[in-house]
Amino acid sequence: MELLIFYPLAGLCVAFALGVVINNSPVGSAMSLIAMMLGLAGIFVLQQAHFIAVLQIIIYAGAIMVLFMFVIMLLNLKGSGEDASWRSRDKNLLMTVLSGFLVAGLLYKILCVLNSGEFDSPASLPENFGTAREVGTILFTEFVLPFEVASILLLVAMIGAVVLAKNKVD
Amino acid sequence: MEPITAPAIDLVSLAPVLVLSVFGIMVLVTDLFIGKDKSVLVFISLTGLLMGAISSLAKYNLPVHSFNGAYIVDHLSVFFTFIFCISSALAILVSVDFNKREGIKVGEYYSLILFCTVGMVLLASATDMIMIFLGIEIVSISLYVLAGIRRNDPKSNEAALKYFLLGAFATGFLLYGMTLLYGSTGSTKLVMIASAIRNGGVASEPLLLMGVVLLIIGLGFKVAAVPFHMWAPDVYQGAPTPVTAFMAVGPKAASLAAFYRIFSEAIPQLSPSWEILLCVVSVITMFVGNLGAIMQTNIKRLLAFSSVAHVGYLIIAIIAKNSLSSSALMFYMLTYAFMIFGTFGIVILLGRKGDENLEIENYSGLAYKHPVLALSMTIFLLSLGGLPPLAGFVAKFFVFSAALKEGFLILVIIAVLNSAVSLYYYLKVIVFMYMKDPVKEFDITLSPMTLFVIAISIFGTIQLGIFPDSIIALAQAN
Repeated sequence: MELLIFYPLAGLCVAFALGVVINNSPVGSAMSLIAMMLGLAGIFVLQQAHFIAVLQIIIYAGAIMVLFMFVIMLLNLKGSGEDASWRSRDKNLLMTVLSGFLVAGLLYKILCVLNSGEFDSPASLPENFGTAREVGTILFTEFVLPFEVASILLLVAMIGAVVLAKNKVD
Repeated sequence: MEPITAPAIDLVSLAPVLVLSVFGIMVLVTDLFIGKDKSVLVFISLTGLLMGAISSLAKYNLPVHSFNGAYIVDHLSVFFTFIFCISSALAILVSVDFNKREGIKVGEYYSLILFCTVGMVLLASATDMIMIFLGIEIVSISLYVLAGIRRNDPKSNEAALKYFLLGAFATGFLLYGMTLLYGSTGSTKLVMIASAIRNGGVASEPLLLMGVVLLIIGLGFKVAAVPFHMWAPDVYQGAPTPVTAFMAVGPKAASLAAFYRIFSEAIPQLSPSWEILLCVVSVITMFVGNLGAIMQTNIKRLLAFSSVAHVGYLIIAIIAKNSLSSSALMFYMLTYAFMIFGTFGIVILLGRKGDENLEIENYSGLAYKHPVLALSMTIFLLSLGGLPPLAGFVAKFFVFSAALKEGFLILVIIAVLNSAVSLYYYLKVIVFMYMKDPVKEFDITLSPMTLFVIAISIFGTIQLGIFPDSIIALAQAN
């Protein structure tokens, strides 16, 4: 059952990840990135990490992507035009070969690790590990001080943004 | 669904943080109800800093651990809290007239300084990587904004933007280093990391060492150690002068305190690995700082390079990591606060609206017109250079003797040579003041607050130089 959900999700993720790279227009790339993030969030849910899944959607697919879109629109990037889209940019042979080697080495290493059987018996985690409930409990017990201090940090950041961006200083 | 049992919350040990935050918010709220005259805010923030300093004494029988070992009140943190409160108070005092002159009318200025102090106190008292990270971020974000608070001045904007971009980048390194440390030892608490290393509970030695290197990069940036010092001269030059002085003392002291705590409490076992790295960083920091300062013609840039050089001396205290070196670190930062605020106080006095007189040439002949100011400047500069009987000498003496006790003879010889080199550029300013004819008229408004800061600083510099015993005894109490 899990596999039935996992494979379509993984396939979608890979497809959209490819979409980010291949897409001609920056907006299209950004949209594919969002879809990829959503797919990843699904995989996190499968791994019992509900909290991370929700964060993934709120922070990456939500906040950060909105920032991306803003920048793209502010810079007014054209997909294809006279400014020779990146696809036709000069290709650096040396870099291509080097990164090819890097990828090949990584794949080889991954295969080695997979064959060594290190991952056959995954370390067992506590039942509720990674669920929103568990994370919440830890946040309000063990990490209560950092949790509260983070609010000061956010307050300072907010004040700073207002001070710097305020329209008119009287 | 069983309820979560509430953890033990020790608010008393958090007292300075709470007091300062409350006053920071009070400044913000009061700012809404008053007009253009911001002197009430100055009064509120000074009261806050005073109460913050007093409230840090709320705990006796130090050290007190609280929040599951994430927070500690010990002599180091209490002493540093005092340094932070003093330096923030001096910063606010020198800001008053400067802000009036330069037309900085945002009330948030004062609350940002208070919040920055909160971050510094947290940094000095944190014994958990997450808390150290949060402290560093609170301090840095306040500083980015303070550096750019003159929004109409391109230099100020440049400083803020440069500081922000490089700072965010350095934070990435710092966080990565902390993650690797967590990954290889399984805890973010400094004590737990130390015990994991001692008992062989390290998952991956290379990752641990990589984490230490990344930590040195991140913290090195925050204290402006070479080769991560690139931002310092530009930011020091572009930021408003009181903010520059503030930046050179408080936040630097806080980062050094956290630096010291991490390296002496979490990873002392690894010292054979990081000692040599820090030695190299310290030596090149001293050389680049001092040689760089010789070339400068702008007084703020000169002081920026000199503060880089001082970090080089202070890293020696971290390398030595014995009980003598922690008290040397505290004493050094206290004297440094007085010297820096005194020097910058005079730099501020010499400026006028629209013309800050920041070139060293502008100091020519100051001694003929304003002999007292020139004499004060001479005292501060000689103290920065480390001449007896001033405080700078005693501070350097303690740091170097802590290092000698651990057998770092060559490092100390290099440091002493460097401090001789540094005299050259401090004397250059003095020569200009006493032996050259004035190039233009001095038009100095002797504003009382700034003079008050200079007076306090002179008192501190001389007092700590001649009678350092009582303060040293306080610092050595742990």
